[in-house]
Amino acid sequence: MANAIAFLTRTRGRNGRWDWTDWVSYGYLMFGVFIIFGPILWLMMSSFKTEADIYRYPPKFLPHVQETVMVDGYDDPLPLYSIVSGEHKGRTLAQLRRVGLVAQMIDPRNPDERLKVNISDREAIESVGFAFGNYTEVFERFTLLRYFYNSTFITLVTTAIALIANSMAAFALSKYQFRGRTAILMVVIGTLMIPQTVVLVPLFMVVRELGLVNNLWGVIIPSAATPTGVFLLRQYMLTIPDEILDAARMDKASEWKIFWRIILPLSAPAIAVLAILSIIWRWNDFLWPLIVLSENEQFTLQLALNSLQGESIIEWSYLLAMTVLTLLPVTVVFMFLQKYITTGIASTGGK
Amino acid sequence: MQMPFRGSWGGFMLSVLTPLMKIVEIPFVLVQKFFGVRRVAWVFLAPNLILFALFAFIPIYLNFAYSFTSGGNILLEDRPDAGWENFRTLTACDNYLDPNSCERDVFWRALFNTVWFVTLQVAFMVGFSLVTAIILNREIRARGFFRSVFFFPVMLSPVVIALTWKWILQRHGILNASLDAMGYEPVWWLVDRQWAFAWSVFLTVWAHMGFYTLILLAGLQAIPRDVYDAALMDRASPWRTFRHITLPLLSPTMLVVLVLAGIKGVQTFDEVYAFTGGGPGSATTLIIQYIYETGFGGAPRLFGLAAAASILIAGLLVILTGLQFWANRRNVDG
Repeated sequence: MANAIAFLTRTRGRNGRWDWTDWVSYGYLMFGVFIIFGPILWLMMSSFKTEADIYRYPPKFLPHVQETVMVDGYDDPLPLYSIVSGEHKGRTLAQLRRVGLVAQMIDPRNPDERLKVNISDREAIESVGFAFGNYTEVFERFTLLRYFYNSTFITLVTTAIALIANSMAAFALSKYQFRGRTAILMVVIGTLMIPQTVVLVPLFMVVRELGLVNNLWGVIIPSAATPTGVFLLRQYMLTIPDEILDAARMDKASEWKIFWRIILPLSAPAIAVLAILSIIWRWNDFLWPLIVLSENEQFTLQLALNSLQGESIIEWSYLLAMTVLTLLPVTVVFMFLQKYITTGIASTGGK
Repeated sequence: MQMPFRGSWGGFMLSVLTPLMKIVEIPFVLVQKFFGVRRVAWVFLAPNLILFALFAFIPIYLNFAYSFTSGGNILLEDRPDAGWENFRTLTACDNYLDPNSCERDVFWRALFNTVWFVTLQVAFMVGFSLVTAIILNREIRARGFFRSVFFFPVMLSPVVIALTWKWILQRHGILNASLDAMGYEPVWWLVDRQWAFAWSVFLTVWAHMGFYTLILLAGLQAIPRDVYDAALMDRASPWRTFRHITLPLLSPTMLVVLVLAGIKGVQTFDEVYAFTGGGPGSATTLIIQYIYETGFGGAPRLFGLAAAASILIAGLLVILTGLQFWANRRNVDG
C-alpha cells in the first residue's frame, strides 16, 4: 500500500518530494479533465434517460428507470409506487391509470381490489438503469440513416478527391523546377489567406451555376480545394531525395508512374495524417453545407441536429441521443489515432 | 458477392486500377513527349488549380462584382448596378460608437460584438493555454493523457459542442440545479444578454484551447534545457526564470498564437450560431452570421450587401494574416 502511494506520488528527478507547485499542477489538470469530460459524460448519461427522467428537477447524475411489475390480467408491465402518506401508507402499489389528481392503483399481490390514491401520496420506485428508448426512437422517427449516409458520403468523397488533387499538386511543387513555380506557390498561399467564410456569396453563385445546389456534390467539390493539404504534403515530399526520381527516369518510368509507384508510397505517413484531419474537418463542417443543402433529404448529421434544436419546443430526449451518435465516430477515431492527429494539427496550424 | 478476379479484394482492385492507371498515364506521357519533362508539372497541378480557380479565384472576383450591385436577382447580369451604394449604407453612421445611429445597425452591432468577442476570446484563450502548456511542460505523469484531454474538444463538431453546453445551461439544467442546491437563484443563462455573450466566449475557449496549448507546448519544449540549468546555477527564482527566460524565448510562438486566434476569432460562426442563434436579440450576432443572414437567411436575399460586408471583413482578415506571416517568419528566424 505504501509502495502504491509512493509510486503514484513520485515525480521524476525530485526525490519523490511533492511541493506545493505539484499540488497546484495536478489540481489544475484534474479540474481540466472535469471541465472537459464532465459535460460530455453528462450528455451521455442524459441520453440514456427516459423522457420523465430527462425533465426531472433537480436532475440525478445516473439515469433511473421506474420499476415495473407484471400483474395477472394486464398485458403491459405496470409502474410501481410506494405510498408515503394517506390511508395506504407503507404499501407498494402498481398504477393502472391516472385521472387528474387521483391514481387508480392495485396491490400486485391482490390484483382484484382497485384503490384510489392521491398522486401526492405516492412516490415512484426507481433504480439505476439505462434506457435505450431514445436511441431506438431516434432511428424510427427520423431518417437518421439518411443523414448518416449523407455525412459519410460527403466526408469520404471529399477526402478522396482532396488527397488525389493535393498530392499531385504537392508533387509538382516539390519535385519539378519549372517556370511559374513561385507564382503558383504564391497563388496557393493566396487561397490560404482567403477563408471560405468571406466568399460565401459568390461561392454559392458558382455552385448554383454548376447546378449543384441541394446536391451533395455542391458540398463535396468546393471543400476539396484545401491549400493546407498542398502545403502539408509538399513539406513532406521535399524530404524525399531527388536521386530516387532520377534513378526511375533512367529506367524509363513515366512521370505518372514515378508519382504513383514511388512518391505516393513514400509519402504515406503524411497522406495518412492529412486523411485523418480531412475526415474530421469534413465530418464537422457546418456553414457551407448549411448554405448549399436546404432540403431535409440532403441534410448532414450536423444540419439535422441543428434544425432539430431550432424548433420552438426542443425535444431533448431525441436531441441528446442524436448528439451522442454524432460525436461518437470522431471520439473513436481520436481515441485510436490521437498521436497522429495532434502532431498533424500542430504542423498544419489548424484548418 | 463473388469476386470476379483472382478471388481477392486486392486482386480485384489491381485489375481495376491497372487499366485505369494506363489511361491516366496518357496525358503525362504526351506532354512529356511534346513539351519536355518539366512541363509535366502542369498536368500534375491541373486538378488542384481547376478547383482553386472555380472555388477560390472566380469567387473572389465575383465578390467584388456582386458588391457593386443591388436587388434580389441571383444572376449577375440581371442585377442593377449600384455603384458604391452597398459600401455607403454599410458605413453610414452618425456616430460610429453608437450602432443605433447607423443605417445598417445590425451590421455595426455584429461588428462591435465581434470586436468584443475576439478581444475577450483571444485574451482568455492565450491565458488559459499558456497556463496549461506551462503545467504540461513540467515533469508531469501521464502528460500524454492530459494533453489529449485538453485537445479532445478540438475534434468535436460545433453543433455537438453547442448542444452539450445548451443542455447544461438550460433553465432546468444541471448548472441551475447545482446553484439551487447551494442556495443561489437559478439564472436564465441564455436569455440574459450578458450571460449569453459570456457563455459564447467560454464555449469557444473551451472548444479551441487545446489547439493553442499544443502550439505553445511545442514552443516551450523548443527552449533549450541548458538555459534553465544556467539560471538554476545563478540561483534565479522561478518567477525571474519565467519572466526573463521563458517569456522572451516563447514570445515568437506567442505572437503566432495571438494572430492565429485573432483570425479564427473573427471567423467564428458555427458554435455560436448553433448555441444562441445570435440572440437574445442581437447580443451574440457575430459578423459572419450577419453575412450569412443577409445573403442566405431569408427574403429578401441581399447578396450585394452581404458581398460588400464580406469585402470589409476580408480586408480585416488580410491584415491579420499579413501579421501571421510576419509572426511566422520571426518565429523561424528567432
